Amino acid sequence: MRHRSPALVAFVVKELRHILRDRQTLLILLLLPLAQVVLFGFALRTDVDDVRIAFVDPAPDAATLALRARFAGTGRFHVVAVSSTTAPLEPLFRRGAADVALVFEPGFASRLADGTPARLLLVADVADPNTGSLVQAYAQAVIAGYEAELGAAGRGVRIELRTRMRYNPTLESVNLFVPGLIALVLTLVSALMTAISLSREKERGTLEILLVSPLRPWQIIVGKVLPYLLLAFANAVTALLAAWLVFRVPFRGSVALLLGASVLYALVGLALGVLIAARTTSERAAMLGAMAGTMLPNALLSGMIFPIASLPGWLQAITVVVPARWFIVVSRGVMLQGVGLHRLWPELAVLGVMLVVLMAGAVRSFKARLA
Amino acid sequence: MSAAIEAHELTRRFGRFTAVDAISFDVQPGEVFGFLGANGAGKTTAIKMLIGLLAPTSGTARVAGFDVVTQADEVRRRIGYMSQRFSLYEDLTVRENVTLYGGIYGLSDADIRTRGDALLAGLRLGHAADTRVAALPLGWKQKLAFSVALLHRPAIVFLDEPTGGVDPITRRQFWEMIYAAAAGGTTVFVTTHYLDEAEYCDRVSIMVDGRIAALGTPEALKRESGAATLDELFVRLARPAAAAQG
Amino acid sequence: MRTLRFLLRKEFLQIVRDHVIMGMIFVMPIVQLLVLANAVTFEVTQARLYVVDLDHSPASRGLVDRLTASGRFAVAGASPSRARADAAMLDRDVDAILALPAGFERDLVRRRHAAVQLVLDAQDGAAAAVTQSYAGQVLTRYAHELGATLHPTMVTVGARSEAPPVRGQPAIDVRRRGWYNPELDYRAYMVPGILVVLVTMIGSLLTAMNIVREKEAGTLDQLNVTPLPRATFIAAKLIPLWVFALVDLALGLTFAHVALGVPVRGSLLLVFGAAAIYLVAALGIGLWISTVAETQQQAMFVTFSLLMVYLLMSGLFTPVRGMPQWAQWLTVVNPVAQFVQLMRAVLLKGAGVADVARQLAILAASGAVVLALAVRQYRKRAA
Repeated sequence: MRHRSPALVAFVVKELRHILRDRQTLLILLLLPLAQVVLFGFALRTDVDDVRIAFVDPAPDAATLALRARFAGTGRFHVVAVSSTTAPLEPLFRRGAADVALVFEPGFASRLADGTPARLLLVADVADPNTGSLVQAYAQAVIAGYEAELGAAGRGVRIELRTRMRYNPTLESVNLFVPGLIALVLTLVSALMTAISLSREKERGTLEILLVSPLRPWQIIVGKVLPYLLLAFANAVTALLAAWLVFRVPFRGSVALLLGASVLYALVGLALGVLIAARTTSERAAMLGAMAGTMLPNALLSGMIFPIASLPGWLQAITVVVPARWFIVVSRGVMLQGVGLHRLWPELAVLGVMLVVLMAGAVRSFKARLA
Repeated sequence: MSAAIEAHELTRRFGRFTAVDAISFDVQPGEVFGFLGANGAGKTTAIKMLIGLLAPTSGTARVAGFDVVTQADEVRRRIGYMSQRFSLYEDLTVRENVTLYGGIYGLSDADIRTRGDALLAGLRLGHAADTRVAALPLGWKQKLAFSVALLHRPAIVFLDEPTGGVDPITRRQFWEMIYAAAAGGTTVFVTTHYLDEAEYCDRVSIMVDGRIAALGTPEALKRESGAATLDELFVRLARPAAAAQG
Repeated sequence: MRTLRFLLRKEFLQIVRDHVIMGMIFVMPIVQLLVLANAVTFEVTQARLYVVDLDHSPASRGLVDRLTASGRFAVAGASPSRARADAAMLDRDVDAILALPAGFERDLVRRRHAAVQLVLDAQDGAAAAVTQSYAGQVLTRYAHELGATLHPTMVTVGARSEAPPVRGQPAIDVRRRGWYNPELDYRAYMVPGILVVLVTMIGSLLTAMNIVREKEAGTLDQLNVTPLPRATFIAAKLIPLWVFALVDLALGLTFAHVALGVPVRGSLLLVFGAAAIYLVAALGIGLWISTVAETQQQAMFVTFSLLMVYLLMSGLFTPVRGMPQWAQWLTVVNPVAQFVQLMRAVLLKGAGVADVARQLAILAASGAVVLALAVRQYRKRAA
C-alpha cells in the first residue's frame, strides 16, 4: 500500500484510545515490567558473597590455625563450626547450615615443613552443582594463596596467573541477566497482550465485524498491534533506564542500535502473538498458548539466565527458533561488549526473517477465516 | 397476611452515583409482580439487594418475613433465583444439575429423585436427562433453569430478565409456567424490559433513574395515565429521563 | 456435610470433563520435567580457549597440553596475533584467551618464576570465576611438577641435568569431595524445585481460574443466593484440586525418579505430608486471587505475575545465598521458598523431620494465615 488510508489511521487511533481507557491494565503493563527488572536484578544473583565454612581440626597447629585464620580473614567465608571430628558435618549439611567443610589431618605443619604433601579434605555441599562448584573454587583459591605464600618464601617454581575479566570486571551476575530481562519484558507486552487482546475480540465476535469492513486483513493486524508496539517500546526504554540507573549495567555500545533491535524484537513478538490469536479457538487457550509458546521459552531457552552451551544437544537445536536467543546476543553485545552493527547483523537478520515468516503466517490465518 | 416482599426506602449508592433511590413497595403472597424499567434504571441492583447479593446503603427490605441483611440465611432458604444467564452448569447434564441444586437446598435423596423425575416429565425432557445442558437449545435451558429454581418449593422466586433472546412461542410457554407457579402459591418477582409481558402481571412497578415512577395493576396504570398500552406509559415516563441524559 | 458431598461430586465432574485442565494435570508434569530439567542448568562445560603463544617452547606447549588434559579447556584457536584473539572473543567464538609471553621458558628456568595472562569473557561472572579457578589449579600443579625437576643449569624444560634436584617446596594436596550430588547432575538439583512449581501451578492457578470461571458464567451468583454455607463452598472448591495436585506430585516424582534418575533419599511420607500442608497456602493464594479478579484472563495474569515473583525469589533458579539480605529475610515468609528447601533437603540429602522442622512450621503457619485471609475476603454479599 502506497498511501495511508484514512480508515487505517482512524482505526489505530481508536485502538489507542481503547487501551488508554483501560487504566488498570495500562498501569500493569507499564509498571509490572519495571518492577520485574528491578526485583529480578536485585534478587537473581548467582554470586555467593557469604560462604559458611566448618573446620574439622583434630590436631591444631601453627599451620592449620594460619590457614583457618586466612579463611576467616577473606570476608567471603565465615566460620560456623570448629570440631575435632567429622561427626557434626552430616547434620550441619543436612540442615543447610554449612556450605563447605575443611578437614585437616594431624601433623599438617610438620608435613609442610618436610616438603611432603600435606593433605586436606575439602567437602562441599554440591546439591546445587553451580553454587557448589563456585564455593569450591573460592575455597581452593584461598588454599592456593596460602600455598603460594609459603612457596614464595621457599625456592619453588611459581607460575603467576594474571587474569583479566573482560566485559564484566566486577563479575556481577546482574550484568548477565539484565540484557535478557529486557527481552522478557518486551515479550510480555508484545506477544502475551496481543494474543489476549486479539483472541478476546475473536471470542466476542467484534473481530468478524472488522473483517467484513473495508479494512484489509493486514491493516487490521497493523492497527491492532501498533499501540502495543508503542507500549513495548516504552517498556523497553524504562527497563533500560532502570538497568542503567539502578544497577549500573554498562552501556558500551550504541543505544540507538539497541533500541532499534528492541523494536525489531518486539515486532517479532507481536507477530507471534497475532499468530497465536489467529490459531486458537478461545481466549483461555490463547493465553496458555502465549505463555507456553513465548514466555517460557524466552525465559529458559534463550540464554537469558542459563547458558545455551550447558543445554543438551537437542535443546540447543530448539533454541534456534527462540527469538529471544538472538536478541540477547545483540543486547549483551551492545551493552557489555560494545560491538556494533558490523558484528551483530547476522543475529538481526535472523530476527528479520522470523518477522517476515510470522507475519505472513498471521495474515494468511486471518485471511483463511474469511474464505 | 404479611407481605412476601417489603421494601422501605431501599437505597444503593456507588460512590456518588445513586443506582437505587429510596424505593418502597410491597408484594403480596401469590402475586406475579413485574419489576420494569429501562436498562440502567436500577432493576438489577434492586433485585440483588432483595436476594442478598448486594448490601443496601440505607433502607430496609424484608423477604418472606425476614430482614435481608440481618437474617440473610433464613431468606436464602425460602427463595429461588434465576438470573439473566440461566445459572445452570453447562458442562453438567440435566439430571446432574437437578441433583446438585436439590442437594444444596437440603432435599432428601428420595425427594430429589421424585421431584427431579416430575420436573423432567413436566418439561418433556425425560429423554434428555443425561444430556449436557450446553447442548440444549436456549428456550429449553431457560425453562429448565426456572424449574430448577422451583425445585425446593420456595415461597418466592426471583426472575431477572428470564426471557431474553428467546422466540415468542417459548416466551408464551414460559409465562404459562409462571402462572402455574403462582397458582400454586409461589410469589413471582420478575424483571423484564419486554413491556408486553408486563401486561401478564398482577401488578407492576416502573423504575426510572433509580426511583419508582409508577406502581399498580396494569389496568389501573393505563386508566390513570390515559395510555393505551403499558409500553406507551413507559415511554412517556422514561423519555424525560432520557432527554435529561442528553 | 451432606451438601459438601453434592458439591464435591459436581467439582470433580467439572474438572474431569474439562480437557484443558486434564491436559494441564497429566501432560504438564512430563513436559515440564523434560524441558525444564534439561534447560535449567548452569553447568560449566569446557571453556573454549584461544592460545596466543609467543614463546613456542616445550614449557609453553607443556602448559597448554596440561590445560587441555584437564578436560576443562579446549583449544579453539591459536595464533601469534593478539588482535585475532580479541576478535574471536568479540565474535563469541572463544571464552578465554591464554597469552604466553616470549621468554616464558627462560624465566622459568633461570628465575623459577614466570607469568601468563588469561583473559576471560566474564559476562557470566560465575562461570568465569570457576574457569579461573581451574586454570589456577592446572598452573599450580604444573609449577610443582617443574619445581621438582628444574635446575638453573637446564637449557630447557625436560632436558637432562646432573645437578641435584631442588628440595621440594611446601605442597598442599587438596582432595575434593562433593556431597549429595557428586556427579554434579544439575537435574537432580532442579527437579525437586520443578515439582514445587508443578504443584503450585495446580494449586494456585487452577483454583483461581476455576472460581473465576463460575463468576464469569453467573453460576457463582446462583450459589451465593442458596443457603450454602461459605465454608462448604470453599472446601468444595479447594479439596478436589488439593487431591489432584498431590496426584500430580506423585506422577512427577515417579517420572523423575524412573526416567530421569533423580534420587529419592528421604521419606516419601515426609514429602507428601509437607506437600499437603504447603498446598493449603497455595490454594489459599488461588482463592484470594479469585476474589479480586473479574475475568479468567485477569486471574491468569495476576496469578502468573504473583507466582513469578514468589518463584524467582524462592531460590528455585538462583541461590538464596546469593540474594541481598532483605531478600534472604523475605524467604522466611515465602512458603514456596520453604517448600523448595524442604524438598531438596529430603530428596537429595535424606533429611528427616527434625532437619526440616523449621520449614514445616513455617509452611503450616503460612497456610493457616493465607487461608484465613482468603476466606475472610470471600463474601457472598458484596458490601
